[in-house]
Amino acid sequence: MPQSDDTAPRAETEAAGAPAAAPEPAPAAGAHDGDGPLIRFERVVKRFGDNVVLRELDFNVEAGERVTLIGPSGSGKTTILRLLMTLETVNGGVIWVNGDPLSHMRKGERLVPANERHQRQVRRKIGMVFQQFNLFPNMSVRRNITEAPVHSLGVSREEADQRAEELLEMVGLGDKIDEHPTRLSGGQQQRVAIARALAMRPEILLLDEVTSALDPELVAGVLDVLREIARTTDITMLAVTHEMGFARDVSHRVLMFDEGQIVEEGPPEQIFGEPREERTRSFLHAVLESG
Amino acid sequence: MTFDWGFVGEAMPDLLTGLRYTVQATVLGYAVALVVGLLVAIVRRGAPPLVAGTVHWVMEFIRCTPLLVQLFFVFYVLPGVGIELSPLTAGVIGLGLHYAAYTAEVYRSGMEGVPRGQWEATRALSLPAHRVWLAVILPQAIRRVIPALGNYLIAMFKDTPLLFAITVPELLFEANQLGGQYFKYLETMTVVGLLFVVVSVPSAIAIRLLERRYAAV
Repeated sequence: MPQSDDTAPRAETEAAGAPAAAPEPAPAAGAHDGDGPLIRFERVVKRFGDNVVLRELDFNVEAGERVTLIGPSGSGKTTILRLLMTLETVNGGVIWVNGDPLSHMRKGERLVPANERHQRQVRRKIGMVFQQFNLFPNMSVRRNITEAPVHSLGVSREEADQRAEELLEMVGLGDKIDEHPTRLSGGQQQRVAIARALAMRPEILLLDEVTSALDPELVAGVLDVLREIARTTDITMLAVTHEMGFARDVSHRVLMFDEGQIVEEGPPEQIFGEPREERTRSFLHAVLESG
Repeated sequence: MTFDWGFVGEAMPDLLTGLRYTVQATVLGYAVALVVGLLVAIVRRGAPPLVAGTVHWVMEFIRCTPLLVQLFFVFYVLPGVGIELSPLTAGVIGLGLHYAAYTAEVYRSGMEGVPRGQWEATRALSLPAHRVWLAVILPQAIRRVIPALGNYLIAMFKDTPLLFAITVPELLFEANQLGGQYFKYLETMTVVGLLFVVVSVPSAIAIRLLERRYAAV
């Protein structure tokens, strides 16, 4: 199957050149865990039409690390999460998760765009919480949480039920298990959505502006739940947020984005305390003013 | 011209037999339309482009040709290639396929009404395709389109007299025979109209009730 596979990482031609062969740091297929970053973006390009959202983005996330992405809207933060969740496909470069290509799959020595089955395999390690919750309105809270473990992981119904109860307890909604999501407040819905994502026991949790759609008085409850998860688990977290206090509390590292590139990165104390870049300063200034 | 009430009474048993066929053809044809239309809508959304495209054009073709022609085709042309069907079976298939072309569009609009976030959530949870459809998308999509589907039930019911043309002994067929035999068209056709109303109106009211129940999602 020669030429057509050439489009492998459908690279920004000059950009990715021919990353057809697996790049050096990737361990042999199959065996990974341990060494190397859990998530690795390698010269990732994403375009929507003429609009280049990510231009040759490189960054790594270590296992257990909690990383917050900040920056003006339209800077590509959410796109990063959506690419990881395979809700979007890359236009160039390669995304690696645990040494496995997420956006691509191996075909002999080469990498070709991943098919649906491959993506399903890899993304099982990843959970996502959305800005708009996206709970299934036709199911009870219980079924929202147990549906995927039962039908995607093959967990028994009893086990899934038990896990759902534990998770709801953890997010403070133990008494809502048989409610319908439409009868819950936004904050409660979002906490159910967090429980639903965790029910899949993901290694990586993606949080896409999870409090942006909430009334102000409901934000704290959701953030408290996330703080608790950060404190008690070693789950790898990638959060896009405008809640700077939350970013400061939970993250090991903050990435400041602008126009599809990382402008500055560092531990939260440095980014919020003494930002080096002018763009970071002006962004933080604007956000803190309005908040 | 006087209205012969006595004749109406005599004709009634035959007309009711005809009505039974009418209702039977409607119910069976509607079942075909609901199932085939749903499959078509799913294929058009989920199948590879070539398959989805072919199905689309077949349905478009069906929608652009008259039901009567299709009925003749099923009943008179198919036996030529070895497919012999009873009049009622041919009628059910003809009606069912014709209306499937319409219900498929209704289902499609229902699926489009399901927010994109729902699809994305199923992906984020790695739900297998059959659960995506059966547990998440269809329950939400169908709920939205119950009224529209109901309207096609009534439309189909009113199209059943076309089965007369392929010799199904439905209501109009019986009425026409009685009318011709005794030259009592006024009575028979009036009763036919009334019988249609008697079935249609309650059905319409039932659909209105369903609509009220399911309109607010």
